[in-house]
Amino acid sequence: MKILVGIKRVVDYNVRVRVLPDGSGVDTDGVKMSVNPFDEIALEEALRLREAGKAEEVIVVSAGGDEVQQQLRTGLAMGADRAIQVKTDASLQPLTVARAFLQVVEKEGVELVILGKQAIDDDNSQTAQMMAALWGRPQATFASRVVLDGGKAAVTREVDAGLETIEIDLPAVISVDLRLNEPRFVKLPDIMKAKRKPLDVVPLDDLGVAVEGNLEIRHHAPPKPREKGIMVDDAAQLVAELKNRGLL
Amino acid sequence: MSEREIMEYDVIVVGAGPAGLSCAIRLKQKKPDLMVAVIEKGAEVGAHILSGAVIEPEPLDALLPGWRDDPPPICIPVERDEIWLLRAEGKRTRLPTPPQQRNHGNVIVSLGAMCGWLAQKAEALEVDIFPGYAAADIRYTDEGVVGGVIIGDMGVDREGQPKDTYMQGIEIHAPVTIISEGVRGHLAKRLIRQYDLAKDCDPQTYGIGMKELWRVQPGKSRPGLVQHTTGWPLDSKIYGGSFIYHLDKDRIAIGFVCGLDYEDPEFTPFEAFQQMKHHPMVKDLLEGGQILSSGARAISEGGFQSLPKCEMPGALLIGDSAGTLNVPKIKGVHQAMRCGMLAADHLAETGAPEGFDAKLRESAVVKELHKVRNIRPAFYKGFWRGFIRAAIETVTMGKLPFTTPVHADDTSLSKTADYKPPERHWVDRDLPPRDRLASVYFAATEHDEDQPVHLQITEPDVCTTRCTTEYNNPCTRFCPANVYEMVEEDGQQALQINAANCVHCKTCDIKDPYQVINWVTPEGGSGPTYQNM
Repeated sequence: MKILVGIKRVVDYNVRVRVLPDGSGVDTDGVKMSVNPFDEIALEEALRLREAGKAEEVIVVSAGGDEVQQQLRTGLAMGADRAIQVKTDASLQPLTVARAFLQVVEKEGVELVILGKQAIDDDNSQTAQMMAALWGRPQATFASRVVLDGGKAAVTREVDAGLETIEIDLPAVISVDLRLNEPRFVKLPDIMKAKRKPLDVVPLDDLGVAVEGNLEIRHHAPPKPREKGIMVDDAAQLVAELKNRGLL
Repeated sequence: MSEREIMEYDVIVVGAGPAGLSCAIRLKQKKPDLMVAVIEKGAEVGAHILSGAVIEPEPLDALLPGWRDDPPPICIPVERDEIWLLRAEGKRTRLPTPPQQRNHGNVIVSLGAMCGWLAQKAEALEVDIFPGYAAADIRYTDEGVVGGVIIGDMGVDREGQPKDTYMQGIEIHAPVTIISEGVRGHLAKRLIRQYDLAKDCDPQTYGIGMKELWRVQPGKSRPGLVQHTTGWPLDSKIYGGSFIYHLDKDRIAIGFVCGLDYEDPEFTPFEAFQQMKHHPMVKDLLEGGQILSSGARAISEGGFQSLPKCEMPGALLIGDSAGTLNVPKIKGVHQAMRCGMLAADHLAETGAPEGFDAKLRESAVVKELHKVRNIRPAFYKGFWRGFIRAAIETVTMGKLPFTTPVHADDTSLSKTADYKPPERHWVDRDLPPRDRLASVYFAATEHDEDQPVHLQITEPDVCTTRCTTEYNNPCTRFCPANVYEMVEEDGQQALQINAANCVHCKTCDIKDPYQVINWVTPEGGSGPTYQNM
């Protein structure tokens, strides 16, 4: 079985993200870029399945300009067998990414797609769901446990009410949550090995997928800074202050 | 534990700063077949680099001719120099610019961004660069000479036990190890002790530099303007001052440096920096702006007198691991780069460390240090006497036939009972960051809290007994990242170490009066994530 794992290049989670003064986007000048942390968890799960003998090959895929090769190489260093860059300089929305990944799935004969539940830059949480729908196959989102058995997957999902375990038929799409696993550290010699692993570049056009823009982003703005607080002496003063501000 | 995995190189460089990267680039230029690797504890190249930085471009011309057509990401020619003496109550006086500080022909860069750019040049020459991996230890050969480094284990919990993600660090074997960890590197510290490399020199002396990158209101920044200040908020007994470098895109790099040989046990360098920002000259510039990044790093100030022997069996010390910064110029990058290139030339020629130290001492690097050797120690007797002595040394170009000894920083603190701080006329402040914790937030520093504490206290009893009574725990003040806190535990005072806040500046390792704090590297990839610093 082949597993496909999606990798998105995002601003590192440690970086203090700043909106550009003109509101046209966020400042990425000199900013550290990394693999989306949920995608690392997805890849870790795929590698564990392969190591457990449940899969033969793990392919990582990313859509974007040549800079995404850096994150694909990280995926290869973690242990993926090969990588595919869906090359485009356009800014992509989830629906286009879902269509592109689906083309890769069909070309490669992938039976299981594992994606992060969302990317930490736009927090959309849409690609996995859209992909399953376009593919006409089952989806199990927000997975915190995955057990493969024959042609089925038992997936424990993190939902508002707690945990829910569902069984789905493969092929399918699974999106993963934070508690599924803790990704491994990359071994230094594996970085060297990753340089020799295959990384195929496929132009988005060649997949027959057009760049769609169903959403238009008009403006970026940071949240309002918190206003300076005041200290109140007692409950009566608190009530008076709240009333003053029309909050009570 | 199993045998460690091994990788072999011809040369292993520890630390991807200007010295290490220049050395790696030059080595591959001269000997393309050499296998050269650079390891870097920061999560990416530049993440732990903090500098002003106005640099002299001459070493770049030598290393990468044609670099001006493909300059580093931030590179602004200096247009104008200003030096100001700040005084209390918002007063100031313009001072003449001493020759060392004339910056015509120099460029303002972000050294972090420049190191990222240098790393690309090195990778194009097939240098293997491994950011996110820390050299935790020296690897010795069977003959007992330095033969590479041991990468730190990852996935170890606070008690030192392996976690599920445990990964044993590998050994990197190489006949030559280049130590370019920057100021007060933890491996350099061990090697200097082990090989007694400092036996013929004075102790190293340091400063602490703190820096913030701001985006100011449009129109306030004048790209290419280089301003330095001295005087307030420091009293005349503390050596130091500030820099304000005007970049493009409404950005300003502002920083503050002070000598770590200060006496006042109650002094807080971070607070002095924040005070300086409230002088009207500076405050007007920053008001209405926002901080983009902040951080701190120690600086070596000992220069010529404190330069240790820079070679040992199997290894070299270069750049600020040796201490090649030129204090009166407030510049170390050109020196570090030259030193790195010199090491590469030496290795390309001879293939071994032996003989490097003699070459270094004959080189332009050490000649430059010799010329200015008496200027920094001149300030031991206060600002004004230092100022006059510095002028004499400058005019005579260091040719006067004496050398003033350099003193150590850890012995300079006065005991609280014996010291009365002078009136410094500090003011209420309102510019961000409010305190050190707020500042650390802009350093984007990160350490997995479930790992061994990387600030080792060799004699913990000292902290709550002698240090409290004699110095009132100065670590709680000299650390710019609020790592050290005295807390009450079961009715007793105890030292709490917030290791996750650490920005790897090394001040504690230097200034602690009992020398019981030992800074060692945490897990690779930990620490600050500086942006354009």
